[in-house]
Amino acid sequence: MEKRVTFDNRLLPYLLLTPQLAVTIVFFFWPAGQALYQSLLLPDPFGLGARFVWFSNFEYLFNDRYYLQSFFTTAIFTFFVTLVSMSVALLFAVMADQVIKGAGAYKTLLIWPYAVAPAVAGVMWLFMFQPSIGVIAFYMKAVGIDWNPVLDGGQAMTLVILAAAWKQISYNFLFFLAGLQAIPKSLIEAAAIDGAGKWHRFRTIVFPLLSPTTFFLLVVNIVYAFFETFGIIHTMTAGGPGQSTTILVYKVYSDGFVGQDLGSSAAQSVVLMVVVGILTVIQFRYIERRVHY
Amino acid sequence: MVEKQGIGTVLMHAVLIIGIGIVCFPIYLTFVGSTLTHFEIIRPPMPLVPGPHFIDNYTEALTSGITAPVGRMLFNSFVMAMGIAVGKIAISILSAYAIVYFRFPFRMFAFWAIFMTLMLPVEVRIVPTYEVVASLGMLNSYTGLILPLIASATATFLFRQFFMTVPDELVEAARVDGAGPLRFFKDILLPLSVTNIAALFVILFIYGWNQFLWPLLITTRPEMNTIVMGLKQMMPTADDYGNWPVTMAAATLAVLPPVAVVIFMQRLFVKGLVETEK
Repeated sequence: MEKRVTFDNRLLPYLLLTPQLAVTIVFFFWPAGQALYQSLLLPDPFGLGARFVWFSNFEYLFNDRYYLQSFFTTAIFTFFVTLVSMSVALLFAVMADQVIKGAGAYKTLLIWPYAVAPAVAGVMWLFMFQPSIGVIAFYMKAVGIDWNPVLDGGQAMTLVILAAAWKQISYNFLFFLAGLQAIPKSLIEAAAIDGAGKWHRFRTIVFPLLSPTTFFLLVVNIVYAFFETFGIIHTMTAGGPGQSTTILVYKVYSDGFVGQDLGSSAAQSVVLMVVVGILTVIQFRYIERRVHY
Repeated sequence: MVEKQGIGTVLMHAVLIIGIGIVCFPIYLTFVGSTLTHFEIIRPPMPLVPGPHFIDNYTEALTSGITAPVGRMLFNSFVMAMGIAVGKIAISILSAYAIVYFRFPFRMFAFWAIFMTLMLPVEVRIVPTYEVVASLGMLNSYTGLILPLIASATATFLFRQFFMTVPDELVEAARVDGAGPLRFFKDILLPLSVTNIAALFVILFIYGWNQFLWPLLITTRPEMNTIVMGLKQMMPTADDYGNWPVTMAAATLAVLPPVAVVIFMQRLFVKGLVETEK
């Protein structure tokens, strides 16, 4: 798409572009290039120099049991965060779409947790579930559950999944509600006249018409679980116990900054860049399709 | 509605109220924790209604805190969030204007160079970005906190989409009246974009306020910490009982500004959220 009418000026467009291009080059292309370059280097143990080793960092990475495990951990984490937050949000949205009294108040009360930062969400959930002081942890133990996410990897994973899903409910709710409100009421009324019950209408009319929203949210939630949950992991478990909640983004950080393994960290960054690239392409293709609808 | 509802309506209200209860409970409990004494918290179960120590805990948090006064951290967060919101809007509206309203060599090149950044969040390229910022001597500075996070194309994309919908007749009319490109930008395009700018501002403010990883890396001095990352440093650890009420007061203060923005500017917030994700 292009504008038909434009201005003529030789210098001005470059001046207008300079600030953004400068910031982009210094803080985006330079580091991204560095990541690509470092992923092909092996620094010597004293940090004095580095050898060019082609793809051996990647080779090493994909033979590293912990890295492959981290892929698996990320997959589980992402799957459940997406599933839990989307299904809960859809339930709330369907309800909020149908009630007439108080709909505005419900909406406000359900969307404001969006403003809570992932790291703060982590602190809040830890405050409830910390085995020694958490009030919910206390009652869980009182009914006989052996709750100790500090030692039990499965429980730690459950906890970070719940916190991450909780944080995303507001966002999903908002988009599902908008999607539901865009469905023409006449379709639903026609189906009701033909004798379709509530559940039948939802399954055969509402849910299919909601599929563009659902698909969009699917991609957004995957991106969220992959990249934006760092704060939750860092405040709640720091990737532990063992490696049980070390998702890929957390591993880039812990190998790069804590472990000082720069070659491996850079190679991991490159792998993640490819993942983001694929997700972005999927998202764009979907947007194209929606435009032609 | 389609059919008579009766019992169904009651059920739906019940589900929504329980839902709100679940969604709001962690935030409520945090607030309760900020009004108790440390002793009441470390001997579970803690009470579930607010206690009388609101003023003590908040005064202690704001003035002395644990690692640094929370008042200072709130100020740092405010500077960072404002810097990111204002900076990103300023550079993107200019570059979107250049890309949409001018024809010049390398236009498509500039376009793609900017849009590539859509693909890589900071989390993915943290180590090299950190090295670049360190080599520029920007550690522990507001510039270092702000600049790397405004290198993103979402806002540029949004403005480009909006400019494409502005009727061409406006440009023609402006030219007939003898207005140059800067005049057109200032007197026509900018006023037309006010709602978009405001919506974007709300979203970017929350985005900037809630940053965690980036300030964690580049602010090593406690007095440069932002509130969201400073909170992590305040958390009691295994070998340190810490001070839970003060930490919870800091957590409450950390969510207050963005929550206020969402509640009081709900219309702009929803608009911004929907449009930045298009």
